[in-house]
Amino acid sequence: MHELLAVIVKEFLQLRQDRKMIPAMVVGPIIQLLALGYAANLDVAHVPMVLVDQDRSPASRALVERFTGAGTFDLVGAEDGPAAIDPWLVEGRAQIALVIADGYGEAVAEASAGHPPRVQVIADGTDANSSGLGLGYASQILAGAGAEMVAARRVPGGARMASGRYELVPRVWYNPDLKSRWFYVPAVIAMVLMLVTMILPSMAVVREKEIGTLEQLSVTPLRSWQLVLGKLIPFLILGMLDMLLVTGLVTGLFHVPLRGSLLVLAFLTFLFLLTTLGLGLLVSTLVRTMQQAMGLCVFVLMVPMIYLSGLIFPVENMPRGFQIASYAIPVKYYANVLRGVFLKGSGLGVLWPEALSLLGIGLTVLTLASLRFRKSLE
Amino acid sequence: MNPRKVGSVAWKELLQSSRDPLSLGMLLGVPCMMLLLYGYAVNFDVRHVALAVEDDDKSAASRELVASFVNSTYFDDVADLGAGADLRRLTERRKARAVLIIPEGAGRDLAAGRTVPLQLLLDGVDANTATTALGYASALVAAANVQKLAAAGGRVQLAPIDFQPRVWYNPELKSTRFLVPGLIGFILMLTAVLSTAISVVREKERGTMEQLRVTSLKPGELILGKTLPYLGISLTATALILAAARFLFGIAVAGPYLHLFAAALVYLIGALGLGLLVSSISDTQAVAFQVGALVSMLPAIFLSGFIFPIRSMPRALQIVTYAVPARYFNVVLRGVILKGAGLESYPRDMAFLVLYALAVMGLAYVRLARKEV
Repeated sequence: MHELLAVIVKEFLQLRQDRKMIPAMVVGPIIQLLALGYAANLDVAHVPMVLVDQDRSPASRALVERFTGAGTFDLVGAEDGPAAIDPWLVEGRAQIALVIADGYGEAVAEASAGHPPRVQVIADGTDANSSGLGLGYASQILAGAGAEMVAARRVPGGARMASGRYELVPRVWYNPDLKSRWFYVPAVIAMVLMLVTMILPSMAVVREKEIGTLEQLSVTPLRSWQLVLGKLIPFLILGMLDMLLVTGLVTGLFHVPLRGSLLVLAFLTFLFLLTTLGLGLLVSTLVRTMQQAMGLCVFVLMVPMIYLSGLIFPVENMPRGFQIASYAIPVKYYANVLRGVFLKGSGLGVLWPEALSLLGIGLTVLTLASLRFRKSLE
Repeated sequence: MNPRKVGSVAWKELLQSSRDPLSLGMLLGVPCMMLLLYGYAVNFDVRHVALAVEDDDKSAASRELVASFVNSTYFDDVADLGAGADLRRLTERRKARAVLIIPEGAGRDLAAGRTVPLQLLLDGVDANTATTALGYASALVAAANVQKLAAAGGRVQLAPIDFQPRVWYNPELKSTRFLVPGLIGFILMLTAVLSTAISVVREKERGTMEQLRVTSLKPGELILGKTLPYLGISLTATALILAAARFLFGIAVAGPYLHLFAAALVYLIGALGLGLLVSSISDTQAVAFQVGALVSMLPAIFLSGFIFPIRSMPRALQIVTYAVPARYFNVVLRGVILKGAGLESYPRDMAFLVLYALAVMGLAYVRLARKEV
């Protein structure tokens, strides 16, 4: 126990000496938070729209009003004919074109099935996500206008038509204002933890390899498990502190609610760190230089884990094969934990499958890494 | 400036990087891996939202409504619930993303001409998916209402508005087509900045930079010699990504290749200059890597319009994006690859890219000439 403590103290002293890493450890998370908190936003608003109104009737103006009134579409220009739309979309000055053909007003007034009022919406598909959402809004606007038009019409008898209708009453749980920020910001915790408890320990071990001090340590009476624990525990402590720091920022600065218990979050974070620490140690046994360690950690581990885990991009939209592969990625379970505890207020009663998966993966990886590490010492 | 001296520095640089096959492999392998990740894993096309249905009515009308949800392929009926099911647990365990509740007597009320409230519960944690699902549901309900009205109109012929959506350049609205051009900008920035910064700092760490300085090399020759190999590698990576995009995802370059590579060249000069600048403020490779990744990766992902639309950002952040070259490069690249346009359609964006390249390279030259690198 005494020897273990000595290695831990040594590791902390070494960390403190490497002063340039400290700003990187603090500034990095803050910049990530700001980027994900403010820039990561898929909400669609103010889509620039060019108008071709060949009808110029009160009915067509009313329709344009419906498009521009909601704040989703901004009218940026008008043209006389559909042929003139091309440069607007190519140069990106407009993303959507609304074309109301001649005779729209007449068709609305007369409204026979053989001669429906015709509206064309042209979208620039290069920005697939916002164009898709934009077209969705457009079809909602037109469906609303169409339904009103039909309802306002009178049957030959003179009375208004009576018909039952559905009214959609949406209720959104956990994130009632549908802010994308609430989805993205807690993810920063996972990213920071990967940096602090996977990349940094792997580099710390490789540095000792490069300088040759690891060899010196291996000839001391230290047992290899003491060496492993002594190396990893400081980063475990740093990781837990970072988790608390970022949680404070997430709730304080970005007003994301922490509905569940901090204790549950801390416990499940500890389980997640078993995996990240193990992976960091594993990487250190595979490479010779710090540059290789960084490259391996960032590009082979961190980036794919972030993208395939549903941390930022939903797993549900991926091809079947990727969805199955995502079960092997520990970050997936931790992403569920973060969202469950922060937004849904879930406890262990709901999150126990995640806890078990994290524990299983963590112990496996850590054991594997320790075995390889011991071999590399001999 | 002596081309032979530049050439020998460049040759030395190539030899040196070929001795580290792991790093070189990453330089070429990472772009391909990113392409696969983005091409297959990053997808905003929301389909098959897991929907649980609580049909308290069980009438012909309610079944018809549920069928219209499922047939749209936007929703999958994953569970039929009885009244009083534990909806909270269902959504908390993510078994269902949405719950549709049809009240008892819906069919009867509809026939009697009354309004029937339909409750749609949404799991709002993933706001983007929830917004899209809500949009689908509103459109489906609106369509059902129009049908009801048309049926009630009897012999009177009724016509709702004939909506003709058209999508140009990407008719199926595939995320991949939208992501690939942005991905090229992101990868080029990352590899160019990191490889130059690290290669210069490595020479600083080992003291070989001092040795290079006491030779007869001029600062300009040293800069050119150190950056040219990485320019070559980055352009090769561009060609690789384009080929992979063509064969894996069927994305062909619609515009002229010459314009595409010209734009990439200007963009890369700026990126390599940024790498030199990063090397001038870093003493160790670890710091160079951290700083380089931060200044190249974060803006190119978050502030360039690559994934997240600039229009949706707060005002202050929108202003910051004007200083991010990837922002302009994305516009040009999407234009050339997807819209088949030439550079002449984007004079403003190209001007910004040229300006950025000149400014950054100029600054790097000044710092290197003052022996600060």
